Amino acid sequence: MDIPYTYKPRPDTGLYNAKVGIWLFLASEIMLFGALFSSYILLRVQAPAGTWPAVAGAWPHGLLNIPIGTFNTAVLITSSVTVVLAWAALKMNNFKAFRRYMVVTLVCAFGFLGIKSYEYNEKFTHYELRLKSGEVHTGHLEVNGKHPGFWDFGSIYNLARLEKDKVAEIKFTADPPQPKPGEKHAAADGTSHEAKTYKLEEIEKLDAFILRNHTFFAIYFVITALHGLHVLGGALVLGYFAFPGSAMWKTNPEQFTNRIEVAGLFWHFVDLVWIFLFPVVYLL
Amino acid sequence: MSTATSHTHGAAHEHAVDHHHEPGFWQKYIFSTDHKMIGIQYGLTSLAFLLFGFILVMCMRFQLAKPGQPIPFFGPILEAILGDTAKGGIMSGDLYNSFGAMHGTIMVFLAIVPLAFGAFGNYVTPLQIGAPDMAFPRLNMASYHLYFWGGVLMLASFFVPGGSAKSGWTSYSPLATVAEFDKVFNGQTMWLVGMVILITSSLLGAVNFITTIIQLRARGMSWMRLPFFVWAQFVTGFLLLLAFPPLEAAGVLQLADNLFHTSFFLPTGLVVSGQQLPVSGGGSPLLWQHLFWFLGHPEVYVLILPAMGIISEVIANNTRKPLWGYKSMVYAAMCIGFLSFIVWAHHMYLTGMGTKVSTFFQTTTMMISIPSVMILTALFVSLWGGSIRFNTPMLFALAFLPMFGIGGLTGLPLGFNASDIYLHDSYYVIGHFHYVVAPGTIFGLMAGIYFWFPKMTGRYMNETWGKIHFWLSLIGMNLVFAPMFIQGMKGMSRRMADGGSTYFGADDIALKLNTSITHAGILLGLAQLPFIFNLFISIKNGKKVESDNPWGATTLDWATPTPPPHGNFASEPIVYRGPYEYSVPGAKADFIPQDQKP
Amino acid sequence: MSEHSHAPGGHGAQTEGGGHDHDDIASHLKTYMIVFGALLVGTLVTVGMYFVHFESMAVTIAVALFIASIKAFLVAGYFMHLLSEKKMIYSVLAITVVLFFALGTLTIWGSSSLPKNTEMKTLYVP
Repeated sequence: MDIPYTYKPRPDTGLYNAKVGIWLFLASEIMLFGALFSSYILLRVQAPAGTWPAVAGAWPHGLLNIPIGTFNTAVLITSSVTVVLAWAALKMNNFKAFRRYMVVTLVCAFGFLGIKSYEYNEKFTHYELRLKSGEVHTGHLEVNGKHPGFWDFGSIYNLARLEKDKVAEIKFTADPPQPKPGEKHAAADGTSHEAKTYKLEEIEKLDAFILRNHTFFAIYFVITALHGLHVLGGALVLGYFAFPGSAMWKTNPEQFTNRIEVAGLFWHFVDLVWIFLFPVVYLL
Repeated sequence: MSTATSHTHGAAHEHAVDHHHEPGFWQKYIFSTDHKMIGIQYGLTSLAFLLFGFILVMCMRFQLAKPGQPIPFFGPILEAILGDTAKGGIMSGDLYNSFGAMHGTIMVFLAIVPLAFGAFGNYVTPLQIGAPDMAFPRLNMASYHLYFWGGVLMLASFFVPGGSAKSGWTSYSPLATVAEFDKVFNGQTMWLVGMVILITSSLLGAVNFITTIIQLRARGMSWMRLPFFVWAQFVTGFLLLLAFPPLEAAGVLQLADNLFHTSFFLPTGLVVSGQQLPVSGGGSPLLWQHLFWFLGHPEVYVLILPAMGIISEVIANNTRKPLWGYKSMVYAAMCIGFLSFIVWAHHMYLTGMGTKVSTFFQTTTMMISIPSVMILTALFVSLWGGSIRFNTPMLFALAFLPMFGIGGLTGLPLGFNASDIYLHDSYYVIGHFHYVVAPGTIFGLMAGIYFWFPKMTGRYMNETWGKIHFWLSLIGMNLVFAPMFIQGMKGMSRRMADGGSTYFGADDIALKLNTSITHAGILLGLAQLPFIFNLFISIKNGKKVESDNPWGATTLDWATPTPPPHGNFASEPIVYRGPYEYSVPGAKADFIPQDQKP
Repeated sequence: MSEHSHAPGGHGAQTEGGGHDHDDIASHLKTYMIVFGALLVGTLVTVGMYFVHFESMAVTIAVALFIASIKAFLVAGYFMHLLSEKKMIYSVLAITVVLFFALGTLTIWGSSSLPKNTEMKTLYVP
């Protein structure tokens, strides 16, 4: 039994089934990310002035790394153009070029994820320290001689955890101050950048820049993680079509080309989301 | 492969369709990609969940009629399975809330939608449009399995420490997060993960349905020749496609609140049991409500539209007349679909949104009642001058009309901001929505089961037992839900484990009515027994059908062999006329099938 | 990444099956590269705008979203061939976009008249 219009377009709609299917799916994804963006806007708009996100009194510098984010944006845009070139190569019956472009796309995809992981790790190992005296610092933490990293999952220290573990004091290496908007260099604030010891009693709040720290980080991690999962899923599908799945090129080149087109559409959507995500989360 | 034999319909055994290899047990029954088998899988699974959801609420109803007393029969079972929370066979408050939340969740997401959309939609839609199967058969199978395993996860949540989710099917924050704040892996978490799985199942199903209806209509099956059932499923597909993702997003956010102690929905300074909650704050409980009801409202149209589709087929067929106002019904369905996305905050009138916003939503809510009434009116008028056959499916279809009417009309005071202030979260609301879904949608689905059973099995369901099922259910439904309007108007709140027994004037509003409602519930439950027996016994022992088209219907689903083979049609059918050519003057028979050559 | 803009390999390759012919696709290739360039420029402009100080937040947001929308239009229109796509797809997307804005605007409107959290000075104090 053959399902009609799997790769030949239906005359009145001019479309083949998978194309209708993927656009419908993308419509639902627009609503998904739309809901998350709306949540971001709502949470930010209704937060009282000065509380979003308030770290070290500065906004929003030092929270997300803009050069890295920009580079990541360029990586994803590149992967977008290579995937469409891969499809075009198939249309022109050039399988070798298709393969090459797909490999570049995959390299970009995993590169994006790698860079994102680096950024996540940075957040997990960077702490916010608020002292009862009113001082606020961001920097790196050392507890009992160890610098907990991302893989010390359970070692994201906050005050409750320090108390539970009966830690009496911590060492904290503050970051150099960040330039304010419009400034080229930050004004020196007189702090030295060596590890300083703080006793537990002096600390009002200690936490890494993770989800529970602030709703900004909560939404940042959730949206970028969901986006990252889509990048990973898309990359796996593209990888499948680039290698094992490419056997279909020999048996049914038209359907295979359509599959690349459909997978490419998903990939472009993932790029589209990032095009909005980057300025909204990193820059605004 | 479909061979080029001439199109014969009416032949009892048609083997011209696909016949290469007989699939084994697993391929045929468990991992089938055939839409008919998947439809039956959805149907049986959802009916089982329907029964389970009913049992949950009967335990609750017993508690309401006799607060603080052990539940007969089920009490000891509950105690044995769930332990302390049902000590002595008496439901604790937590258990009541747990059953309440799961009753709602199971009925809406695991029973009605899978039955209306998954079962009927899957089985009938490709047949009615003349397609060999759905556009994406393997995706269809994946949708079913996601539904099944999501359901299993939901059921499993009863057995974790703390029990299942117990913050209502609406799972409002902050309660949903703080109810079991210490345990990260709890029933609420499983509910949320289960919801994400179920939503994915529905999304993939919606993609499949919409693509199938757009792309796989047979030659000559133009949009305005589609049976109204297909239009209803088409609009339902869009509702599921576009309304579910925000709830999926919200579910992920609430999961983060539960698992990672974020504060998406937890406001600053929240104090629980005398302690400030150790979270960052800054969240908005209202955000959860907006995202939930953005789905929640279109969801209720997902519940009703397929039933309206089924009723339309049954009515046209059993009045031997075309549907009156078919085109208006189609446009009304499309209007309902679109408007349903912008009425949601009528569930939130009491959240302090402000009068301008409330007025906006009140206006759109009033507007959406118009297309609903149009469809109902068209169905009523379709009866006029008809030659009505009062078989079981038709009885259910006829009863749907006034029952849905009551449900719809009682919704009006809830749609108005002013009157809703009094009625919000009272038993009046429970009465309203149960009228539309229980003697509304479920009657539509029953009509569908009795109607399409002969096509699926080649046998009729027993008419006598069908009529007994119908009359007892009709009486039972009304006796259960009508008193709830009175309770609500007298001020009784919903979701109270003691059933209002501590109210001033409890005698008046709660205790007497609770008892009679519970008795009626028992009657309603007993009324389903003839149906259950009828369903299974008739598969082998029902009266055999005389032809492939025992009801004398015009639509393509009756133009296949019985039961339809893999591939449905020997060759692609060609459609020559509209879907309801009944009693055409000058015709030989009182109906002309859509695919009959002119 | 693509200094050598090229028509990939196989010159003179025959086209098989239905679809565009060689020259048609070749002209599309040039378009893709131009769009790619535009997207990279757009990204740099977006980041550049970050260092420009606008009077109000509203203007800043408008500028950022405007640039992002142009980039999105380019990706959707050319890479996803939306500009040459069929009516069916447009209709689905049009409805989706309307609902997307309905969700966003109505949700925020519906939350705007609530009193803000007035006491969020310090966050969690353990």
